[in-house]
Amino acid sequence: MIKQLFLGAALAAASGLCQAASGLHLLDAKVDVQDRASLQNGARVFVNHCLSCHALSYMRYNRIGSDLGLSEDQVAGNLMFAADKVVDSMDVAMQPTDAENWFGIVPPDLSVIARARGADYLYSYLVSFYQDDNPARPFGVNNVVLPGVAMPHALWTLQGHQRYVKQDVDGSVDSETVTGLSTSGDEVLVHRSVKLQSGEEVSVTDRLQVDRTGSLQPGEYRAAARDVVNFLVYASEPAQLVRYGMGTWVLAFLAIFFLLTRLLYKEYWKDVH
Amino acid sequence: MMDNAKQDGAGRTGMMGWVDTRFPATKMWKEHLSEYYAPKNFNLWYYFGSLALLVLVMQILTGIWLTMHYKPDAEYAFASVEYIMREVPYGWLLRYMHSTGSSFFFIVVYLHMFRALMYGSYKSPRELLWVFGMLLYLALMAEAFFGYLLPWGQMSFWGAQVIISLFGALPFGIGEALALWIRGDFVVSDATLNRFFALHVVALPLALLGLVAAHIMALHEVGSNNPDGIEIKKTKNAQGVPVDGIPFHPYYTVKDLMGAAAFLFLFAFVVFFMPEMGGYFLEHDNFLPADPINTPLHIKPVWYFTPYYAILRAIPHKLTGVLAMGVAVMILFALPWIDRNPIKSIRYRSPLFMLLVFVFAFTFVVLGWLGMQPVTAALTELGLRLSELYFAFFLMLWVHSRDRSGAYMTMVFVVSAIVLLAIDGIRYDPGKAGLMMISALLPLVYFLFFLFAPVLSNLNQSKPVPERVTA
Repeated sequence: MIKQLFLGAALAAASGLCQAASGLHLLDAKVDVQDRASLQNGARVFVNHCLSCHALSYMRYNRIGSDLGLSEDQVAGNLMFAADKVVDSMDVAMQPTDAENWFGIVPPDLSVIARARGADYLYSYLVSFYQDDNPARPFGVNNVVLPGVAMPHALWTLQGHQRYVKQDVDGSVDSETVTGLSTSGDEVLVHRSVKLQSGEEVSVTDRLQVDRTGSLQPGEYRAAARDVVNFLVYASEPAQLVRYGMGTWVLAFLAIFFLLTRLLYKEYWKDVH
Repeated sequence: MMDNAKQDGAGRTGMMGWVDTRFPATKMWKEHLSEYYAPKNFNLWYYFGSLALLVLVMQILTGIWLTMHYKPDAEYAFASVEYIMREVPYGWLLRYMHSTGSSFFFIVVYLHMFRALMYGSYKSPRELLWVFGMLLYLALMAEAFFGYLLPWGQMSFWGAQVIISLFGALPFGIGEALALWIRGDFVVSDATLNRFFALHVVALPLALLGLVAAHIMALHEVGSNNPDGIEIKKTKNAQGVPVDGIPFHPYYTVKDLMGAAAFLFLFAFVVFFMPEMGGYFLEHDNFLPADPINTPLHIKPVWYFTPYYAILRAIPHKLTGVLAMGVAVMILFALPWIDRNPIKSIRYRSPLFMLLVFVFAFTFVVLGWLGMQPVTAALTELGLRLSELYFAFFLMLWVHSRDRSGAYMTMVFVVSAIVLLAIDGIRYDPGKAGLMMISALLPLVYFLFFLFAPVLSNLNQSKPVPERVTA
């Protein structure tokens, strides 16, 4: 009885917590670090659009080459715009003081960002930039996942301009929170929970609508964003490429080793009664 | 020479004879392995001692290799860990073995301690064995705490900052002076990192090894307990060998080898397939470099400290919280003198005792979960009530040491009720009155049940203890 009471209390606490701290429901990035074509494309997009500000300083160019199946010439020709030698690490040329003047903060190194933030967060972030005419926004854009973001939409030449189309609510709004993202066809949907001044709570669905496409169609853009995230997931831990395969062999060995030790144990213990 | 060898007792010739006249190799081998008689009825719970030793060896070996590449410098520490993860051949494997090893060390040690609680392994004549074990546990906690700063991520930094500042709660300026002395600076900094590195790789491993030696020597002096809680030395054969004992080697060496293989399978599964363990073994925020200006939203210690952290957070008064957290750990030292019931094993103690132990384990686990959650009023209240149950467990152990009268139980109930009401009076908050009243049901039911069930029912009836161990 006491145990049940405990369990009940714990469950009540747990359910209360889930409501309180569930945060934003993110899009599923569906990354796969074994997908080499995706990693190569991600690397290409990254060096073209991100690397001018964000370093990946714990990665070397030739490491990426050997991990992604690219020759040194291919690496030098397609990825190396900010370095001289393939053994160089992927640093940025921008001075930190300049960065601080231009953006307000120094853009962080992204070597392990995927492990800190998670792939889904990065993917949702990259697809949810939208035009924001508020003069307080330095680059004319804002972001659903990270409101008030300091970064310009670095991939806008690919995506084009995205507009935030709000669903209207009847009644005056007291407070509102974004609860999650989902996709429908070409559009990213933003789910919002609105509390009215009457006390009523309603859920609405806003849309992120691409007004003027860039060089990619919306579906292609999302695939490219996914590739960049996939590349960052790989870069955050290159050992992933070998870890799983090696682990399977180690487990197979240990399983056999366990069976042998079990036979040994049975043999020795048969005379213990 | 030959004559000397014979005179010196070993009486053996050949290589081992030569050694034995100069060093007690054969003597020690017999004393601790081939003629150390362990009860034949060990169950699954008895693997965790040897597994703890295995993990210790693994931590020391992987630690030595990590030290060859790690840089204890605030400028380079974070980068050097990533260097190990990327550039050092198999560095990622060493690092994951070490980080997973620390969590597994605590899993194994907590199960080992719970085993002692279930089978009364701390009771006479094993009090010192338990005390050495508790010192090991303290040293392990310190080792883990110092080691966690070394990756120099956000959680490393802020976790250390919070924990060290707890010392600052001590009064008369002692606290601040102590915190300053530990950090070597006014905030956690390069100086702190350097000394924590020294403590992590030299001081505490030495302490751990010394204590392990003491723990094993005490164990081999008194002999192992077993799931029946019966002293096998009481029944010996004509040769003076316990009838229910079997030589540790080869019987338990082969059995523990099997346990080690099974353990390593689970261990390798985590190392290779889920080294972050969903953020429990390697916290996500620790992949952001330490930043003294930027405080993370939720600062929490790693899972193995969270039960105590929950107790700390549940208490609204900082110094009291710090003291309660300290007492929550230290009270375990006194276990042999709190639980004075002569029956060792849970097998022969009352159903009520069984329930008591499992409620305690459950309390500990829920406290651990609470310690990881963001603070809310309801969770803090639950944490406080569970902290009360945590301490109440030790009172119940004392009370249930022997049969007590109804009057005695009533007196304990009244005194406990006064203490708990006084606590609620001191921390009374009109905004939480309802919450406090509802949650008060937890200790109320707990005390009513465990104090009066023995009087009103036969739930507290022990079972007869057999003379010899059962299968």
